[in-house]
Amino acid sequence: MDKRRILISPVTRIEGHANITIEMDENGQVSDALFHVNEFRGFEKFCEGRMYTEMPTITPRICGICPTSHTLASVKACEMIQGSQPTYTANLLRRLMHIGQNLSSHALSFFHLSSPDFLLGYDSDPAKRNILGIAEKYPEIAVKGIRLRKFGQELSERITGKKIHIMGIVPGGMAYPLTEENRKALLDWIPEATQTVQLGIDIIKRFHEEHAEMVQSFATSPTLYLGTVGPTGEHELYDGKLRFMDADGTILQDQLSPTSYLDYIAERSVNWSYLKYPYYKPYGFDKGFYRVGPLARLNVSSRMRTPLAQREFELFKKINDGKPVHGAFYFHYTRLIEALSDVEDAERILNDPQVTSLHIQHHGRWNYEEGIGSSEAPRGTLFHHYKTDETGKLLKVNLLIATGQNNPSMNRSVLEVARQYVKGNDIKEGMLNRVESTIRCYDPCLSCSTHAIGQMPMVIEVKDNMGNLLKRLERH
Amino acid sequence: MDKKKLATIWLGGCSGCHMSLLDIDERILEVAKLADIVKSPVVDGKELPPVDIALVEGAITSDEHFREILHIRKQAKTLIAFGDCAVMTNVTGMRNFFPLKEVFDTAYVNAISNDKEGQVPNHPSLLKLNEKVLPLHEVVKVDFVLPGCPPDADTIFYVLVELLNDRLPNLSKVKKLKYG
Repeated sequence: MDKRRILISPVTRIEGHANITIEMDENGQVSDALFHVNEFRGFEKFCEGRMYTEMPTITPRICGICPTSHTLASVKACEMIQGSQPTYTANLLRRLMHIGQNLSSHALSFFHLSSPDFLLGYDSDPAKRNILGIAEKYPEIAVKGIRLRKFGQELSERITGKKIHIMGIVPGGMAYPLTEENRKALLDWIPEATQTVQLGIDIIKRFHEEHAEMVQSFATSPTLYLGTVGPTGEHELYDGKLRFMDADGTILQDQLSPTSYLDYIAERSVNWSYLKYPYYKPYGFDKGFYRVGPLARLNVSSRMRTPLAQREFELFKKINDGKPVHGAFYFHYTRLIEALSDVEDAERILNDPQVTSLHIQHHGRWNYEEGIGSSEAPRGTLFHHYKTDETGKLLKVNLLIATGQNNPSMNRSVLEVARQYVKGNDIKEGMLNRVESTIRCYDPCLSCSTHAIGQMPMVIEVKDNMGNLLKRLERH
Repeated sequence: MDKKKLATIWLGGCSGCHMSLLDIDERILEVAKLADIVKSPVVDGKELPPVDIALVEGAITSDEHFREILHIRKQAKTLIAFGDCAVMTNVTGMRNFFPLKEVFDTAYVNAISNDKEGQVPNHPSLLKLNEKVLPLHEVVKVDFVLPGCPPDADTIFYVLVELLNDRLPNLSKVKKLKYG
């Protein structure tokens, strides 16, 4: 009779919706938390029987925020099936588009979704705690954030004519070149974009200083980390090898080909969520939690590829004396360091004399029955795995999505934050926002983080174990 | 005149239509002058206030979507099927070619990365998937369709501004109006 269950039902969806159940013991202490993801569309089944070459067009529809990462993982799997390689220029254009998507997604996560907490406050009026509230109080910051996202989207539009669910990334390369006019127009953005990312870094650093205790104690459970790195361990988003690191910073696996992912990653279906629980296979389900995404990528990387981002990276590394940083709050900071690297890298690529070349596609055909591709989506490593028959028709499709890999850790972070902030019978609105913000740190695609314009409605019901309602708290 | 009320709602889709809505960029501030965006990206059905316009992204994939769209219809003066999934189920409806159980087992039982100890999701907090995915118009009356995967941002902005000014959008003025 004393046991209680709290159901947090944020009826918000990017892809279905997510709920949280918090179990409380007889002393009013949190004993467990379950993070439920309510989304299932069945791509792995309905792609069977289709031609493998359709996949770069179908799979971006998995997610409207990171479609380009899906296209890239998909097209790399197709290239393995063909045994083909993209041209030098095609690689430059793909990198540009991938940078663009990373930048627009990071700008959305930081300026549209999270900055209201930092600039207006976690306990501020929920009706105003959104990007339009920012626009009222800090119009300049809101417009800059909106424009940074716009620049990211334009990197795709000026190459392929479309911002979302782009066409034109094809096995063997690209279907469209970059014109000189568009190259110049994109270069014009660089100074403004650099300045806006720096502004974001200033905002988060000020928040770190003013709320040091909260930042340092917010969901700090250690995990393993997975990220893609270049040949010398440098930060990489588009094409590289995998590195696993343990919680103390020891490199467990390095320069792994993404094609060997099944040797290192397994996943388990759980009855409380449509999102499966992946884990690092050698350590097993109980000890193999790992995280992906900007925090993981910066934890595993030896260095950044560009000078301004490298300077910021060195400051980040000092937070835990060179060891991995575990606090979920640092996702925000690392997201901005990546955004800085994105802008610098975009400038470098746009100045490459080959970027407007017309040598953009090799033509290939079906050669092998199996293909595996990976890329770093804004929120982490992504795998596409296809098996075909000898006509190129798909027999099996396996997709390991970035947000899925953070699922076990999101669940645990929710439990941690709930333990810290939910106590006894007196549950306050600010607590709802803090539990919500745990999910927001991870910037999942599902997503609770999508109070993009309005405020996420949330209902907490406190019931005893007989199902009697003890208390109901709503926020609209 | 009272300021208009606008809601944008997410059912079974990928969020791309909402991202395209955000692609109107700074013009979101102009929309905010014409209407209060009272619910977005998605709302609890019971608590959606009466609105002048509801943009609904995504198809009907579950019992909960079904309840929600009926409620949206009741609350919205103008309901717009927003994007191809809402209009004709699109990629979200591709699972309709297979029995739901097969689709489910492919992901939760037979995937090559799965270990052997998994359980099929069936928790009471999860929504129940319908055997078939439906477009909005098979469940409720739809006032306008705005096709595209996703609809083009300029088109979204034009349609919103026209409707919020009580004018009927003139589609001959729209450059990119197409499926896909």
